Amino acid sequence: MNILVCISNVPDTTTKITFSSDKTQFNAAGVQYIVNPYDEIALSKAIELNEGGAGKVTVIHVGEASADPSIRKTLAIGADEAIRVNAFPLDAWFVAQQIASYAKDKGFDLILTGRESIDYNGTQIAALVGELLKIPSISIIKKLQIEGNTATVESEIAGGKEILTLPLPFIAGTAEGVAEPRIPNMRGIMGARTKPLTVVEPVEVDVLYKIVSYETPEHRSAVKLAETAEKLAELLHTQTKVF
Amino acid sequence: MSVLVYIENTNGQLKKNVFETTSYAKATADLLGTNLTAISIGNVSDEELQKLGNYGVSKVLTSKSGQLGTFVNQAYATIIASAVHKENAEVVIISNSLSGKGLAPRTAAKLSAGFADGVVTFPTLYNGAFSVKKTAFSGKAFAITNLISPIKVLALNQNTFELRETGGNTTIESFEAPANNKDFSVLVHEIIREIDKVSLPEAEIVVSAGRGLKGPDNWKIIEELAATLGAATACSKPVSDAGWRPHEEHVGQTGITVSPNLYIAIGISGAIQHLAGVSSSKTIVVINKDPEAPFFKVADYGIVGDAFEIVPQLTAAIKALKEG
Ligand SMILES: Cc1cc2nc3c(=O)[nH]c(=O)nc-3n(C[C@H](O)[C@H](O)[C@H](O)COP(=O)(O)OP(=O)(O)OC[C@H]3O[C@@H](n4cnc5c(N)ncnc54)[C@H](O)[C@@H]3O)c2cc1C
Ligand SMILES: Nc1ncnc2c1ncn2[C@@H]1O[C@H](COP(=O)(O)O)[C@@H](O)[C@H]1O
Repeated sequence: MNILVCISNVPDTTTKITFSSDKTQFNAAGVQYIVNPYDEIALSKAIELNEGGAGKVTVIHVGEASADPSIRKTLAIGADEAIRVNAFPLDAWFVAQQIASYAKDKGFDLILTGRESIDYNGTQIAALVGELLKIPSISIIKKLQIEGNTATVESEIAGGKEILTLPLPFIAGTAEGVAEPRIPNMRGIMGARTKPLTVVEPVEVDVLYKIVSYETPEHRSAVKLAETAEKLAELLHTQTKVF
Repeated sequence: MSVLVYIENTNGQLKKNVFETTSYAKATADLLGTNLTAISIGNVSDEELQKLGNYGVSKVLTSKSGQLGTFVNQAYATIIASAVHKENAEVVIISNSLSGKGLAPRTAAKLSAGFADGVVTFPTLYNGAFSVKKTAFSGKAFAITNLISPIKVLALNQNTFELRETGGNTTIESFEAPANNKDFSVLVHEIIREIDKVSLPEAEIVVSAGRGLKGPDNWKIIEELAATLGAATACSKPVSDAGWRPHEEHVGQTGITVSPNLYIAIGISGAIQHLAGVSSSKTIVVINKDPEAPFFKVADYGIVGDAFEIVPQLTAAIKALKEG
């Protein structure tokens, strides 16, 4: 199978999120970037699906050269080749247009993303790219099986799950459970150096929205400690009125 | 011009998040000086749809053709987009529920509309800019976003907006929108709902436990507390990694983000990745035997003590107050 995996490069999960003094820019100084954890699941699934077969796994990242270490890591994990669309990933609409524009005439059988990036957006890319390419999109999948030209997926719904079947090609966002994330081994790391990482230039995209500033959540006032469970129940009953 | 709100249904029933979205949409319509229209897709009775009048909807469009009985985001997006054109809608409002996450961006892309997900405030029109606040960085921050396209799509965080009853009535109009056959290539085989389980992303109260519980067999006290409160159960990542609880229950930066009215964290240390998924909860309660546990720094209420003693006592005390 010919599979495309979308990779985002995000601040390490331990990062304390801070902004410039005018609150318009994320402070990237000193921040360690990593491959979005869900994207490693997507990549691992793509590699698993192609094991022993003749297919190819391509990763695509929309971003600047500073993301190359993350891209190399995906090659070390086992992707066959990488594409970087050379542009600042302004917003989800911009990123989705770049991915759709690259993918539209390449005949991918399957496109995988993570269920969400842990920085800016939130479960948008799969649905946006799906619409731009006019293929089905399942934003959050928990299981994926492919037989011939048909996939069976398990997707999360309110209060439960649903089992869907759909024809290839389609795009889906992987959640935990789809595959065990793989880690690069020595051979992978050596091999990654010689695998192709192709840089392509972005297409132009209309700006539809703009982040004008950021805020950090307000601090809660100091915790009120209760001496006993009865006192805690009383506090919750009178102060929060949730029961 | 108008505002259009998408009415999600669960087996033909309208759940609370529908009325949250509708109340929000009505406030938005008032802000823009226009009417609120709703679009319902699938089999929902007129009687159920009439409830929307009470939240400010003046007209409901209902699409019920056979194929639309089960939710397929591609087809539903097509229908919502035709309703937008029919109503000349400027703003489209959708819940950021699990199905909304698949539907809202797709609808926005179809309309080339600016899109904000995880919206937590009403829109403002300051200097002519249509602006909302949305969550970013997995709940560690908010982004003020201006939508500058002619059509705007908003996906609202659940449990964030109050219900506002207006006491009005609504008219119901059948809306036969042309859905494309290609939109139906996804077949829904089976829907498995755990009827007596509260859905975690939508829950108003969440009882969550971590490694402090020591093992899967000890979850009974958590489940009893949850059942007493009508709460959903959740857990920290190491707990689901160890297979003590299913992955669906894992909250945090790499799990589900929740914003319930009440989040009770039991035997969870409060690592930054865990907090990212729960920090927008209205009230946070922490039960931990370590007074230095970082979770206490972001909690509203807490008890320092052994979960195995305190949780059953708390369950009993809440039961007593409820029966009060
Ligand atoms: C990339 C990455 C992503 C991550 N994403 C997430 C995520 O999404 N969600 C998440 O939860 N974690 C996540 N983590 C893990 C996170 O860093 C913590 O390791 C994890 O949250 C700790 O889980 P815990 O609090 O259950 O366990 P611990 O840190 O072991 O804490 C157990 C707590 O229980 C208390 N305790 C022990 N016994 C008792 C008792 N009898 N009564 C009361 N209290 C008791 C202890 O005092 C302690 O505070 C992530 C980590 C990484 C590296
Ligand atoms: N800049 C990017 N380049 C390539 N893929 C991306 C980028 N940003 C996000 N993605 C993909 O889209 C998924 C969902 O991201 P989001 O919609 O931002 O939550 C991520 O898990 C990635 O697979």
